[in-house]
Amino acid sequence: MNTKRNASPSLWKAAFAVVRKDLAAELRSFELVSAMLVFSLLVIVIFNFALELDVKVRQSVTAGVLWTTFAFAGTLGLNRSMATEKDRGCLDGLLLAPVDRSAIYFGKALSNLIFMLIVEAFVLPIYSMLYNVNLFRLDLLGVILLGSIGYTAVGTLLSAMSVQTRTREVLLPILLFPVAIPVLLAAVKVSGGLLAGAAFSEVLTPFNILLVYDVVFIAVAFMAFDYVVEE
Amino acid sequence: MITVKKLVKRFGLKVVLRGLDFSVQQGEFVALLGPNGAGKTTFLRILASLSRPTMGQVQVAGHQLPHEAAQVRAKLGVVSHMPLLYPDLTAEENLRFYASMYGVADSRSRITEVLQMVGLENRRKDLVRTFSRGMQQRLAIGRAVIHNPEVMLFDEPYTGLDQDASEMLDEVLRSVAAEGRTVVMTSHDLARAEDLATRFDILSRGVVAASAKREELRDTNLLAYYKQALAD
Repeated sequence: MNTKRNASPSLWKAAFAVVRKDLAAELRSFELVSAMLVFSLLVIVIFNFALELDVKVRQSVTAGVLWTTFAFAGTLGLNRSMATEKDRGCLDGLLLAPVDRSAIYFGKALSNLIFMLIVEAFVLPIYSMLYNVNLFRLDLLGVILLGSIGYTAVGTLLSAMSVQTRTREVLLPILLFPVAIPVLLAAVKVSGGLLAGAAFSEVLTPFNILLVYDVVFIAVAFMAFDYVVEE
Repeated sequence: MITVKKLVKRFGLKVVLRGLDFSVQQGEFVALLGPNGAGKTTFLRILASLSRPTMGQVQVAGHQLPHEAAQVRAKLGVVSHMPLLYPDLTAEENLRFYASMYGVADSRSRITEVLQMVGLENRRKDLVRTFSRGMQQRLAIGRAVIHNPEVMLFDEPYTGLDQDASEMLDEVLRSVAAEGRTVVMTSHDLARAEDLATRFDILSRGVVAASAKREELRDTNLLAYYKQALAD
């Protein structure tokens, strides 16, 4: 037997190994991102036909349409991301590694965030063209990033819970949407305000809620993930 | 190497393990046999730290479960009937991923060594989804030994394998055991278990109903011993 000693990897080293593995697998199959992307494009095209409105009204509904699209596409991605681990027993493979299980959570959450950001990077320019609204503003992009972080932070935790059940596709949205309401409401409020030309100070309260939500749910997931995945 | 005392596992009202006692010495190859529902997989999942015991003491490789689970996992390799591999990654990428999760020193040479051991060196760049079930199971063993574990747990490793693939797996299992590892394997294939193991434990209704070493079975065969243990 080889006698070389192995040193358990640090939390972040293990988390980045999970991210690298997820990105490499997705780069080959495009299963997850393509499903999210097709769904997102379908939603914004349908809304585009449904909302034959003037520019001003379109601007006022933009935040709602965008976050509806991101939330549903995100749920699709969260479900698939954890289901691929569960269906081939790979979740057990991850749980058998001698690392803090939070590393697995952070790895999966980071992968899910990257997939969501990739979809958003495609959706935003297409939305801008279809609705004639400029979405490429740093403040708005920052809010989208914060909202996506909060959504994937709580979504990854809940998808690890729902993936253990037979009705996971139905259960995840049922669990996720009540818990994600604060982050979605805050994200819609800040995005809507910024698109309507409000000063940043006017949307400071929902922005702070967004920030606090992100911090609190990352901390909760960090502490709870071990109990969620253990039998 | 493994010591279990008065182990109880309940799922709600259902009691699966009922005060099970079990111990394995270093280098032993124990076949854990028993009918469906006897609690073999549940027991192996507890040893693998994937499930918490309801009551009782479990010690693996000198560490208590569930409190020292990370230390136990570092010394443990697990193979189940599912390969625990990613189909969209190559054989080499799968092993590299698990090597990084276990912090394997000099992972490049270790991956080559493991691929040679399981006879898949020529397929190292191929996607796992193109592998036959037998090749996937051999790679699964490679994944499980990548960090040189002291203890190996096999849960029905022959499930879904044809005769040729099973014979090839026999060779891999022998080479894994020959390196001095402690092995616990659950199986319904009594002929293969008889051929490989040095001790046979029969699990029935959540306890070890009978246990015999290979040399104690000289006057009888494993099938007769198994039937007798379940009848008692």
